Amino acid sequence: MKQLNAIFEGLGSAILLTTRAFATLPSAPRIIKRVVEQVFYGGYGSLPIISILSFFIGAVLALQSGISLQNFGAKQLIGTLVGESLVRELGPVMVAILLAGRVGSATTAELASMKVYQEVDALVTMNIPPERFLVLPRLLAVLLYMPVLTIIAIVIGWLGGAVICNYVTFIGVEPAQYFQSMKQFLTTHKMVDGLVKSEIFGFCVILIACNTGLRTRGGPREIGHAVTRAVVFALITILVLDYFITKAQA
Amino acid sequence: MKKTIIQERSGGDRKPVGVEVIGLSKSFGSQSVLREINLSIHPGEIFVIMGPSGSGKSVLLRQMAGLDLPSAGSIQIDGHDPANPDTRDRFALALVFQAGALFNSLSVYDNLALYPLEHRLCPKNEIRERVLRALKILSLENAAKKFPSELSGGMKKRVAIARALVMEPQLLLYDEPTSELDPVMSATITEIIATLKNEFKVTSVVVSHDRDLALTIADRVAILMRGKLLFVGTPAELRKATDPAITDFLNPQIDLKKPRYLQLEAS
Ligand SMILES: Nc1ncnc2c1ncn2[C@@H]1O[C@H](COP(=O)(O)OP(=O)(O)O)[C@@H](O)[C@H]1O
Ligand SMILES: [Mg+2]
Repeated sequence: MKQLNAIFEGLGSAILLTTRAFATLPSAPRIIKRVVEQVFYGGYGSLPIISILSFFIGAVLALQSGISLQNFGAKQLIGTLVGESLVRELGPVMVAILLAGRVGSATTAELASMKVYQEVDALVTMNIPPERFLVLPRLLAVLLYMPVLTIIAIVIGWLGGAVICNYVTFIGVEPAQYFQSMKQFLTTHKMVDGLVKSEIFGFCVILIACNTGLRTRGGPREIGHAVTRAVVFALITILVLDYFITKAQA
Repeated sequence: MKKTIIQERSGGDRKPVGVEVIGLSKSFGSQSVLREINLSIHPGEIFVIMGPSGSGKSVLLRQMAGLDLPSAGSIQIDGHDPANPDTRDRFALALVFQAGALFNSLSVYDNLALYPLEHRLCPKNEIRERVLRALKILSLENAAKKFPSELSGGMKKRVAIARALVMEPQLLLYDEPTSELDPVMSATITEIIATLKNEFKVTSVVVSHDRDLALTIADRVAILMRGKLLFVGTPAELRKATDPAITDFLNPQIDLKKPRYLQLEAS
């Protein structure tokens, strides 16, 4: 019961935070610099790890489907399978999970520490709304870099699959054939679905991170608790939302 | 008299603001921290609040800054609720936090420049001038590029005061501005508080244990004990006070034959 209460409280405050943050949108020109900073940190900074991760996810995906499809003599479908899984599921979900771990946790830690050490109070007395100064730049930034990260992750995942198909002898599907079968079934529509999904995930992850951080009360120990709570809640949200979005997009 | 940014913004007419505290009570859970405080702080005066630690001074100051809502009663700044963002649009209000509350991710210079930059108060070179002047007043010229984590406690406090100066507020709330400072710096801060009153017509509320500060620059002094106001009056009246709780607080006698802690244990 208490947990249910906490969930609804979190949801309510998150909605409130969003409306407050976007209410300050008219003063957006003065936060451009902070948006760019966040894009650099969250987007550009996540590139190396996203590249490595998505390469291997694509590789494993190709390997596993190669093993399974071999029995049906349907190896030529590996490209289709890897291509679509990455675009519609694994790309957006993996990037979002990474975002929660890398950017979400850091965001919560930073905002929670600002709250605990009264920096947020100082902003309020200076009549600089924390929603505008701290939250809006992060939300705008994630909307900008999330689709880009996802596209990069998907493409690198495809390449990972191609490498496996070409060099693992028992699969032995040529890149040309692999990409041909991928192209056959992949439509712009599916691409857009995947990107919409990743936008929603990214927005939710950063919103949860900011909200949890700003709602932190008490001493330094609470900063650690807040980070844990934010990451766990973000991961659950990603997976639950994934089900419903997939269903809606089907 | 030099024109302040606020004067320029409001067309040159800058009036000091008064603070009314009406039947204010604040409790945290079952602990009642402030009880039925009634106070009237006049526009342009220096009002010093003294009291033992834990008596609720910081809580009272946060209420005046509109950071927390009262459990009962209200606070009004020239008739407006400080917790309402519109009030902060109307009056510039600064709070010097007890621990500084500097922005740890910004350099000292950026900490000071944030307010005028965010509010687009004046062109960049003017902001720079303003910031450098505030740094100079508090002998912080060499700290401009440093980050808060590289400063000592006393320096942080001075940066916090400098940050408030740059804001050129109409209501300036200080939470123990001279604790952690050496005697010279304490005297400097005391002088700054007094100068600001004359130069910028700011209303100052100063929470402090510093008896010199209270008796030299205060227009009026209040003594807060266990969440209640024990005394409100001028420094001259305070010197004449006979209430043992007040005299013992202002002039504690060190008596090694009868140490206080033993008396406390006995009672
Ligand atoms: N956020 C809070 N939650 C619970 N208790 C608090 C809070 N802030 C202050 N208090 C309590 O209020 C009392 C007064 O605190 P404070 O105003 O900081 O004292 P001081 O007069 O030394 O500044 C203390 O007993 C403190 O424990
Ligand atoms: Mg205090």
